Amino acid sequence: MGKKAVILLSFYFLVTVNAYGKETIKLGVAGSHSGDLASYGIPSLRAAELVVKEINTKGGVLGVPVEILAEDDVCKPEIATNTATKLISRGAHVVLGHICSGATKAALSLYLDAKIIVMSPSATNPELTQSGRYPNFYRTIASDDAQAKLDVDFAINNLKLKKLAVVHDKGDYGKGLAEYAKKFIAASRKAELVLYEGVTPGALDYSALVQKILRSGAEGVIYGGYHPEAALIVSTMRKKGMKTYFISDDGVKDETFIKVAGSYAEGVYASGPKDVSKNPLAIAALAVHRKVYSAEAGAFYLNAYAATQCLLTAIEKAKSTNYEKIGAILHREYFNTPLGKISFDRRGDAIGVGFSMYQVKNGAFVEIK
Amino acid sequence: MVIRVNTIEKTVNWRFGNLLLVEVGSFILSLLWQYLFARREKMTKNNSAKYRAILSRFFSGKIRFVVGFAVLLFPFLLSTYHINVLTTALIYVVLGLGLNIIVGLTGLLNLGYVAFYAVGAYLYALLNHHFGFTFWICLPLGGLVSACFGLLLALPVMRLRGDYLAIVTLGFGEMTRLVLENWSDLTYGPSGISGIAPPTFLGITFGIRGTMIYLYFLMVAFCLLAIFLVRRLRDSRIGRAWVAIREDEEASRAMGINTSKAKSIAMMIGAAWAGMMGVVFAAKTTFVNPASFSFLESAMVLSIVVLGGIGSIGGIIIAAFAVILLPEYLRFLSDYRMLAFGCAMVVMMIFRPQGILPYHRRTYEFKEVHR
Amino acid sequence: MDYFWGLFISGLTKGSIYALIALGYSLVYGIIELINFAHGEIYMIGAFTSLIVVSLLLMEGMTGWGALLLSLIVAVIYAAAYGFTVEKIAYKPLRQASRLSPLISAVGMSIFLQNYVLLAQTPDFLPFPNLIPEISFLKRIFPLMTPAEIAILLTTACLMVVVTFIVKFTKMGMAMRAAAQDRMMALLLGVNVNRVISHAFILGSSLAAVAGVLIATHVGRVNFYMGFIAGLKAFTAAVLGGIGSIPGAVVGGLVLGWAESFGAGYISSDYEDAFAFFLLILILIVKPSGIMGRATQKM
Repeated sequence: MGKKAVILLSFYFLVTVNAYGKETIKLGVAGSHSGDLASYGIPSLRAAELVVKEINTKGGVLGVPVEILAEDDVCKPEIATNTATKLISRGAHVVLGHICSGATKAALSLYLDAKIIVMSPSATNPELTQSGRYPNFYRTIASDDAQAKLDVDFAINNLKLKKLAVVHDKGDYGKGLAEYAKKFIAASRKAELVLYEGVTPGALDYSALVQKILRSGAEGVIYGGYHPEAALIVSTMRKKGMKTYFISDDGVKDETFIKVAGSYAEGVYASGPKDVSKNPLAIAALAVHRKVYSAEAGAFYLNAYAATQCLLTAIEKAKSTNYEKIGAILHREYFNTPLGKISFDRRGDAIGVGFSMYQVKNGAFVEIK
Repeated sequence: MVIRVNTIEKTVNWRFGNLLLVEVGSFILSLLWQYLFARREKMTKNNSAKYRAILSRFFSGKIRFVVGFAVLLFPFLLSTYHINVLTTALIYVVLGLGLNIIVGLTGLLNLGYVAFYAVGAYLYALLNHHFGFTFWICLPLGGLVSACFGLLLALPVMRLRGDYLAIVTLGFGEMTRLVLENWSDLTYGPSGISGIAPPTFLGITFGIRGTMIYLYFLMVAFCLLAIFLVRRLRDSRIGRAWVAIREDEEASRAMGINTSKAKSIAMMIGAAWAGMMGVVFAAKTTFVNPASFSFLESAMVLSIVVLGGIGSIGGIIIAAFAVILLPEYLRFLSDYRMLAFGCAMVVMMIFRPQGILPYHRRTYEFKEVHR
Repeated sequence: MDYFWGLFISGLTKGSIYALIALGYSLVYGIIELINFAHGEIYMIGAFTSLIVVSLLLMEGMTGWGALLLSLIVAVIYAAAYGFTVEKIAYKPLRQASRLSPLISAVGMSIFLQNYVLLAQTPDFLPFPNLIPEISFLKRIFPLMTPAEIAILLTTACLMVVVTFIVKFTKMGMAMRAAAQDRMMALLLGVNVNRVISHAFILGSSLAAVAGVLIATHVGRVNFYMGFIAGLKAFTAAVLGGIGSIPGAVVGGLVLGWAESFGAGYISSDYEDAFAFFLLILILIVKPSGIMGRATQKM
């Protein structure tokens, strides 16, 4: 009996001893830090690390250092709920994340229950702010209705296309964008929607889809989704000799897309966050990344940089980590960030950020004015 | 292992260190293998009687009280994360017990068990989302609807045996997932359903930690119920019918057992358990989407049943805990978790196929009394 | 009409790949009545091996046909070695055991191989360079087919002939058929059944490797998970055609490829994967032994 008691007791102690360390402000960073969409999540993690390091050298927030709690959700909604639970139970005060709209949506109700503010640098699904269900959610990127409008307007007005196909990956982000695209095409009365299809991500090949696009006679494809599928669809189309225009979203505007699709990526259009590289804060942020990680910053880096700054500055200005107080500051104040001077509207969308169109020219994305 | 190619970055990574590792590693492993092989006969011999004696001594009287007390005390001493993991393990215990009825007792190789799990989860998600049905109403409903699903699967596979049965059930599982993914009007597709209400206790809603503790106790209760039911079923008429079907279907039919009815009942009961667990799962994670219900889940539950010992309750409990808890707590090995999993399955099958804690029907020995 | 033929050809292409993999399943099942779950992973390993070899060769400056063929040979040898080893480790010790044990072992092996490649390489989708050059006169004759598709069809057709030849006219083929018919009897008559089984695995794995390389060239990317889905569908094809039957595997593969292609093209591309299983359940209810299987099912 004695031996068993000792074993049991030591087990208890082992599992209940948490890090009873110093008080810190805990910034949860949730996103795809591994997996095929890691190229979207890792730049945000790095942005948070750099901002936090700078703030800590200046004395931290409210006099205590900031601690990063990083959790990986691989951009999968079902894992995101676990991630959220973990961050909540680890005591995160605010959360930077998640990266993908689907994952963010899955986790938000948990954060709402726990009264934690969540700011995403990249989740663009409009419903997240427009439904009003998540008053704890903010983002430093414009939402997809703006993006879809840009894509459709570009296709119709700039490329002068009359027959459009809209394809999506059935996920929250891709399908959301596609639905808006469909709406805007119908409203424009200048072009016809000849095909509206969903594809399964991770499928072996999309030859059936490409056949359908060919048959529909579409002059351009507007794709809502991420770069792995887009790369495969584009290469399949080009291999079949199709010259159809391909216009996509910020889930495709990524270095990795060009690397995977290779020469087939040439000429592909994708919308993405407005280019702010002339902004001095942006230049500084990019330089820091180059110095510390010896590489160029990836997708959404500046958005995440801005978001981290907003969150931590808001805590400082609110003089507390209270949910309502931080929210009030975020709505009221303007923040100086690499994206410019931004604030947040009633619903949580950022005021002062937008999208622009890019095209792959000579192996790199170039902004089209 | 030696060469790693990345055609995205256009790099080739030569890792000659790994070459040495592979050489030496395979040499040592092959020696180990041959040694274990030679001892294989001794390993498969049944020491279960000895283990059972030890276990029953362990769980008697005072120890039982202490363990029970510990189980009750656990959630209040641990963080939410640990409770979450334990609850997940308990869910898999009940799933394992449910599949045990189909595979272990009746011998119907069902590789699509996850379909029933999904049905329960989505039932609760949809009813809660559209009509606000609460957890306690949906729990029995989930069981009922899943049982119907079980019947639906049982009907076409009645005539199939062995491997054909396996592949059809696998297909059934995959088809369920595909329907969930694509019938977006009904199921909201890959984006899933979020904001599912956690269970309430007489109208009181808890916070996150409270819900977790509540679910933990609920699962403990379910486990005990499941263990009780499986024990009773095993010794009942229908249980014996199942075992007879497993051993030899023709003979059982010849003996007058209605095999169709027995098989259907087995499928339905197993499905009902999975359905109820699905409801609990949906309540626990407050979010469901089709990706949580892939073949991998079925494979995991099947391995729990097989690794634990087909038909053995204690073994299944141990296996479920091992399969769920080990990867969580040995986080530093998390990358290698699936690798170890696959390896363990192969090794267990070769060296100890009867499972961790094999089940033996009670035998009575008649000893000659010398007069 | 073009649409129809486009679908027909992509169905034919997919079906040929399924047929190649299904052959491996059938060969093995015929003799030891085991669903080799790890077979899909062998297919994936073949694709990965060829990716590695091709990348190396491209760095050295070799391009086109040569690189592809060389990588094919290496992939086949490598995959055959894997198949042989997997059999010796995971299946041979379990030959006397019940139905369930080797099946679980196979699933375990499949998981092991998948994650082994995942860890040794990368979880990303790696692009496979397009090595088959455009041959202009072929483009005029078969305007709807890409060179890769033509290559797949030709290769598969040749391999089918080769396999049929092996099974029908060589001593090893005869031994395989004998072992498939009645293993104990074959053993008693002096056939080295262990050797025969190893040969079946080697043959099956080689075919799967070829399929892997072909698909990698055609689709243009490889990923550690590709073996799982392909393996599942190919196994469905094998059962569809009658497991254990060689022509059955081919017929099953083609039927499945067409069903998927036409189903996706005319009905709905969402449920593409479901058509395979739906068809399977249908056939199994109507004719449980598959399209070309033996009427009396060996239990």
